[in-house]
This record gives sequence, structure tokens and C-alpha cells, in this order.
Amino acid sequence: MITFDHVSVRYPDADHLALVDVELHIDEGELCLVTGRTGVGKSTLLGAMSGLVPHFTGGHLSGRVVVAGRDTASHPPRELADVVGVVGQDPLAGFVTDDVEAELAYGMEQLAVSPAVMRKRVEETLDLLGIAELRSRPLRTLSGGQQQRVAIGAALTAQPRVLVLDEPTSALDPTAAEDVLAAITRLVHDLGITVVVAEHRLERVVQYADVVAEVLADGSVRYGPPAELLRDAAVAPPVVHLGRLMAWEPLPLSVRDARRRATVLRQELADRPQPLRASVRPSGAPLLATRRLSVTHGAVVAVRDVDLALAAGEVTALMGRNGAGKSSLLWALQGSGSRHSGSVSVDGRDPAELPAAEGRRLVGLVPQTPADLLYLESVAAECACADQESGQPTGGCAALLDRLVVGIDHQAHPRDLSEGQKLALVLAVQLTARPQVVLLDEPTRGLDYDAKERLVEVLGELTSQGRSVVVATHDVEFVAAAADRVVVLADGEVVADGPTAEVVVASAAFAPQVAKILHPEPWLTVTEVADVLRSSAERVAP
Amino acid sequence: MNAFGGSRTALRLPRPLHPGAWWLWALGMATAASRTTNPLLLALLIAVVAQVVAARRTDAPWARGFKAYIILGLVVIAIRVVFRMLLDGQHGTHVLFTLPEIPLPEAAMGIRLGGPVSLEGVLAAFYDGLRLATLLICIGAANVLANPKRLLAAIPPALHEVGVAITVALTMAPQLLESGQRVRRAQRLRGDAPGRVERLRRIVVPVLTDALDRSLLLAAAMDSRGYGRRAQVPTRTRLVVSALVLAGLAGVAVGTYGLLDATTPAALGLPVVAVGLLLAGVGLSVGGRGVRRTRYRPDPWRAPEWGVATTGALVAVALVVIGGINSAGLHPSVQPLEWPTLPPLATLAILVGLLPAVLAPPVRPPTPRRRVAVDSSAASSTSTTGRGARASSGSDAASGDDIARPPVVVEVRT
Repeated sequence: MITFDHVSVRYPDADHLALVDVELHIDEGELCLVTGRTGVGKSTLLGAMSGLVPHFTGGHLSGRVVVAGRDTASHPPRELADVVGVVGQDPLAGFVTDDVEAELAYGMEQLAVSPAVMRKRVEETLDLLGIAELRSRPLRTLSGGQQQRVAIGAALTAQPRVLVLDEPTSALDPTAAEDVLAAITRLVHDLGITVVVAEHRLERVVQYADVVAEVLADGSVRYGPPAELLRDAAVAPPVVHLGRLMAWEPLPLSVRDARRRATVLRQELADRPQPLRASVRPSGAPLLATRRLSVTHGAVVAVRDVDLALAAGEVTALMGRNGAGKSSLLWALQGSGSRHSGSVSVDGRDPAELPAAEGRRLVGLVPQTPADLLYLESVAAECACADQESGQPTGGCAALLDRLVVGIDHQAHPRDLSEGQKLALVLAVQLTARPQVVLLDEPTRGLDYDAKERLVEVLGELTSQGRSVVVATHDVEFVAAAADRVVVLADGEVVADGPTAEVVVASAAFAPQVAKILHPEPWLTVTEVADVLRSSAERVAP
Repeated sequence: MNAFGGSRTALRLPRPLHPGAWWLWALGMATAASRTTNPLLLALLIAVVAQVVAARRTDAPWARGFKAYIILGLVVIAIRVVFRMLLDGQHGTHVLFTLPEIPLPEAAMGIRLGGPVSLEGVLAAFYDGLRLATLLICIGAANVLANPKRLLAAIPPALHEVGVAITVALTMAPQLLESGQRVRRAQRLRGDAPGRVERLRRIVVPVLTDALDRSLLLAAAMDSRGYGRRAQVPTRTRLVVSALVLAGLAGVAVGTYGLLDATTPAALGLPVVAVGLLLAGVGLSVGGRGVRRTRYRPDPWRAPEWGVATTGALVAVALVVIGGINSAGLHPSVQPLEWPTLPPLATLAILVGLLPAVLAPPVRPPTPRRRVAVDSSAASSTSTTGRGARASSGSDAASGDDIARPPVVVEVRT
């Protein structure tokens, strides 16, 4: 169905090839998972399948890409619209119309499908994706998962043979992501559509994939069945890491496979001491304390009577589904967000009553789209501005940035940086003011496993300096690795608050893969398991 | 099946009227309003328009702004009257009060700043302002009654690209506002900017960059969904089509101006409009042949649409004719001052404009309110997360039994 024949891609004004000599064959009805580090060329590969590279993005493509019998060299994207459907990362940015029904019909209108057929297909697609009750809703009022399903439906109504999805679940909470993935697997199995998905958070998708294509750092692509390829892939989900550690053959890809293999491991770990992190709680007076904090947006109560105390040296994860009030709570803690009632005190002072420049010395916040804070032309200029704003000597912010991320070009334009680098830049800008409490709103979106590990290290450094860190996130693996304490919000109220192991292990939605595999033992990450096994091996072998 | 057959039931089933019919009616009423300065007739016209709006308005978000148009009309009247009071060039016999006079240099001949304010001047300004306000209210009524998206969908195929550009702009404008709010809130996290230029720059640069990125994403999405497929049309045909359409539109514009302004010669009114429409029609139909695109669920044009459109035309024609025959009733004189009267024929003609309240099909009744909990992070960044309404049953199940009170819900009509 999709064939890449010695394909190389070079973007205009680039000094290196984005893709080098790619050979790829995807058969009909397969689910192909495209993995790789950030910025390595996954989007380019997906773009080449739909014709956007090079017709839309510009650049030079050598070799041949044939999709459903059509050569993309002679077919621009609009000529491929009836065989290839494309769904981007941000569904709202790709919507042309205002409401669900019109959006579903838009593709068919452009392809001159007859009105009777259009009507029928819209109804079928609404049923297929379970969005029938949303048909006259404006698109802006839908939740992330619903928007993503509408975007998939809009691509499906043209009845393509191939569906290309670029990180469809990156912005979604675990349950919404499961909905979208269930819809995608149903398309593959019931309708026989060939689906190509690029994802960072492999733990959700890898068990459904028939083929995995890994884009390597030098731009080449190797592909094959998942169990083979993931044996030594650079990016792999925790279940695969555990399988590699325990040398299980063949490599388990899903929690169920791993659990069957793990009976011996579970017995072995049953009498080991509990992981250290679960029982240690830093003591001392709270750095930040709230009392009956409430936030309303018009008539909606976003946060209701929340009492929270943050201690120094602690990383707290704030979890909850999309819309539970996490962002509102963080903004209210920082002092910039509107507050209906209640008090926040940091060191005896309320950040909302201080001017903005003072407030950010108490509590620093990195918002959900960090790029909102960047407006200058180069990284160096941003750093200099940050030093000036915070009243710190020049070079402070740049030094912080170099500690947070390696290899960043200080003359680059901030918008050209990768997601992880942008996050690091904004974090450095906010840390220049030396706040006691650092809040991060969904920092893990768009980060690959390496960048997340680096972020975990950074947060550890911050807490060792005596600060308190709060991270609002959906990413359960990140929480398992980074957080000491988890607070779960639902409908604006705190429903769970305790050490990570306690809160996370018992929950179906928030448990990391290792916890699910080794249930009921409270192990959260592969590193913990490896440490314990190694220490016991050292004890046994004198 | 012909819509005229079984017409009684077809008239009464609730459905939205074709937006073109509402616009034609509103433009007819506006033409009628421009032909008179009689305040009683204009007030009657406003009442008629408001009644039709009240009877046939839906509660969609774009249909809510009628009050704003009325307020705009009042502002226009106030501005006119105040300016006339300040710059009264008309001397009248009834002086209301006297403002201190400010002498102007010789170059500003005839214009007097301050001085005695006469009732005649104020009334003349009031009549003029009321006429302009009525025009605005008629256009406002069309905006409120006709769904702009359906109007764009009804654009002829040759103008499709223009229609798409407007649709995308209408969708993007609220996003731009929201982006601006989000960026403004985020920039406060950096402390206060040193100067006003800097503060503006901090907001404008991220918003524009964001808008540019999103527009590229949108363009890629539209491209991959087939936007822009067209049969190969020779350049000469395209040039001819463009020339015809432009000439036609220019003709319609000039003719409409001629119709609305009572002082231009009659030849500049209706005939020019007709010629312009003909040219534009030919150009659009020729240009539309190259475009291969279908329309999903187009609005039908049936008997109610004909009725509403002809009502507007009737009112306009009636007032034009009455104005031609006897313009005294339509333009009460200010010097000498006399009470305005209600000429019977003109009153009847304007009352005909009430018919669409009955002719147009009834509005779809609001669906029963469903209690849903609206996402609470509505004000936070939304470009990557969505916000939405979830059924309260889902959220209740998740909160379990810890919650003593049910969550506050907002009634949302679906």
C-alpha cells in the first residue's frame, strides 16, 4: 500500500538531509507505528506519505514514494485526498468550519461527492466514531478527545485507504487517549484501513502495532515487527525496558504479556524492602499553604475549597482528567489567576497581592504553552531580558539554561527550538527570579523519553536546593519517575492526596505500566526494580 | 416534490429560512427607510423590524446581538444631535438655549462654533440620525436572523475562494482574541515590561507568530483534504469572467447607492442595478463551470422564501412610488416647524413588512436543557487541550462518594 524507494528529503535552506535513503514497505490493513526521538524526522516521513512533503513544505525529495498506486511526485496532496487522510497533532488548528457536521462534510464537498452519498457517509461516520450526539455542537466547545475523534472522522468521510496520524494522543488524558486508540484499532480491524501513527508515548500504542518504523538520528529508517525492533530500539516503553532487563523472549509488548511472564519476578520482589521513595516524607513547615481556595470562571466553579500544603524539597504531581481544574489551581497559586475566595500564603505573603515582579520571586509558573512567554529574536536576547527583569547579574539565565539542556544554540530563534528546548528556556527564564515554589503546567507534552528523563533530573536538582515543585500532568510514567507526592483533582476538588506509591498503584487510570505488571507490589519504575535486583545480586554474590 | 404541493404543512414545519431571503427583506426595509425622514414612519418601521426579529429569532450565539444594533442606533442619533448643537449652521426661530460662541478664522466660512441652538436645527439632525439608525437596525436584523455560515455556503461556486477566506476569518477571529488573552496572562509571569511599546510588543509578537503557525497548519490540512481542485480553465476565460464579475458588482453598488439616495436621477437607480446583476450573474455562472464542488445540505428556496423576499421588495417599491407622487408626508418640513403626520398609504406599506413574522417557518423549539458540567479549565490555554461539556453522569461516577454536594453545573442547551 505504501512504498518508499530510496527516498531522501532535504528541506530548503537546510545543510543536512532530513531523511536519508529510506526504504519502507507497509502492506494493506497494517497499523504502522513510527517512533524516534524528537526532531529526528517522523513528521517528515508522515508528510512524505501524504504528499505534503515536498509539495506544501518545499524542499527536495529524491526517490519514489508510492501510496495506493499513486506516485506523490505527480500527485500533490489535493490529488491524494481521496486515498490518504491526514490528522494532525492539534485538531483545532486543522478545522475549517464551525460545527461537527459541516466539518465532516467538508472533505467530501471538495471531492465533489454527490449530496445523497455525503449525507449517508456523514451519518455512518458519526456512528463509527461514537460522536453522534455531538453533531450540531460548535467545534470549540468539544473536549480534546472529542475533537480528535471529529478530526479522524473528517478525514474518514472521504473513504481513504490510508490514514496518517501525527501524535494523535499527545494532548489527551489517559482515558480520552484510550478512546481515540480504540477508534483507530477498530478502523484497522473492521474496515481494513492502513493506519500510520507517530507517537512519543509508546506505552499506549505498541501492543496494537503490526509494524514499527524507527527513524534514527541520522535520518535513516529501520522497520520490522515490533518485538524484533524494540529489542534494541532507542525509544521504548517501560514494559519493553523491563523485558530487556529480565531478558524475556519474545519481548512482551503489553501489560498482559508481561504479567504472565512476571510471576517469578513478583515472588522474588515480594519480600524486598519497599522502594525508598514511597515512605520518605520531607518534614518542616509548609513552603506554600492554601486555605479554602476557590476559583470560578463566570458561573463555573473550577476549583472548590482546596486546602493544600507544599513542603520544601518535594515534587508534587497534580493529576486529573482534562478540565478538572489543574490549570486554574496552578494559576491561582501563582497569584496571576483570578481567585474567588480563600488564601494562599508563601512565607507569610500572598502572591496575588504583590506586584507581578515581586510575585514571580515567590512563585514561578511555566504555563501550558511556554512559547507564550517568548517574544525576542534569539535565545541570548531572551536570557538577557530575563536577567534584567529579575534584577540578576547578566549571564545568570544563560548559565541556568546550559545546566538544564545541553547543546542549545544561543543565537537560534526561540521558535525554531524543539519542544524540550523551549520548555527549558522558559523554565530558565522563570528560575532566574529564584522563586521558592516552581509550578509547571503540562510540561511533558511533546517530549520524548530522553527529554523526560532530563526533566526528572532537573526537578530533582530543584528540590535538592530546597524548593517545592508542582507538576500538573497526565503522564503516569513521568509521575512515577519524578513525583514524591500525588494530588488528584476531580471537578475542582481534591479526591486523593498522598505519597506516589499509595495513590498511583491502586488506581486503574493512573498506574504506571510497571505497577500494573507487578501488582500488588508497589513498584513504579524499571529503575527501582533494577536497583533492587542488583543490590540483592551483590548481596548474594560476595 | 414541489414545495407548493401540500403547502400548508410545508409552511408550518420548523426549519431555518434561507439567509438570502432575510437579507432581501432587510434590504427592502432599509431602502424604504432611506426614502423618508418622517420620525413617526421611521419609528413604525423600527417597531415592525423588531417584531419580526422577536418572532423569528433563534438562540444561536450569532443571533444574540440585536440589542447592540439598537444601542448603536441611539449613539448615532446622539452624535448627530450633539454635532448639530455645536455647529449649528441653520438659523431657526425657536431658540432653545445659547452656547458660548467661539470665533473661527475667516477660512472656516459659514461654520459657526457654538452660538444659539435652535429647535429646527436639532429636529433636522434628529430626523437624519433616526433615518441612519433605522438603516443600521435593518441591517442588524438581517445579521441576527440569517445564519452567516449558511449565507457563505450559499455563495455561487465562482466566488468560492472568497467565501472560504471569509469563513476561515470568522473562525479565526475568536481564536485570535483568545490567543491575545492567553498571551497577556502569560506575559504577566515575566513581570511588568519597562515601556508601553515593549508591553505591546510582548503581546503582539507571540500572538502573530501563533496565528501564522496556525494558518500554516490550516493550509496544510485544507490542502490534504482536497481544497483547490479545479479543472484546467484557460487564462482568457478566467480574465473574461473576472472582468464581468467586477463590472457587475460595480454596477450593483452604484445602482444600490442610486436607489438609496433619493436625490440622484432615476436612471441611476433600478436600471443600473438590473444591468449590474445581469453582468455579475453571467460572469459567475461562466466562472462556476470550472469548479467541481458539491454542497452538503443546501438550504432550499421555497414558497416562504419567495414570500419574505417579495415583501421586502413590495415595501421598498411602495415607498419609492409614494415618494415620487407626494413627498410632503414623507419629509415633514422643519422650516416652518410643523407636527409630523402619519400618511395612511405609507403606513400601510410599512405594515406589510410585518408579514415575514407569519410567512417564515417557525423557529426550531429549543431542545430540552440538558444539565452538563462545563470544563473548568476554560480560561486556561486551549490551543492544545480542548474544553468541552461532559455528561454529569460521567463526572459523578469518577468523584465517587467523597463529594457531599453535587458539582455546580451550568445549563447548556445542545
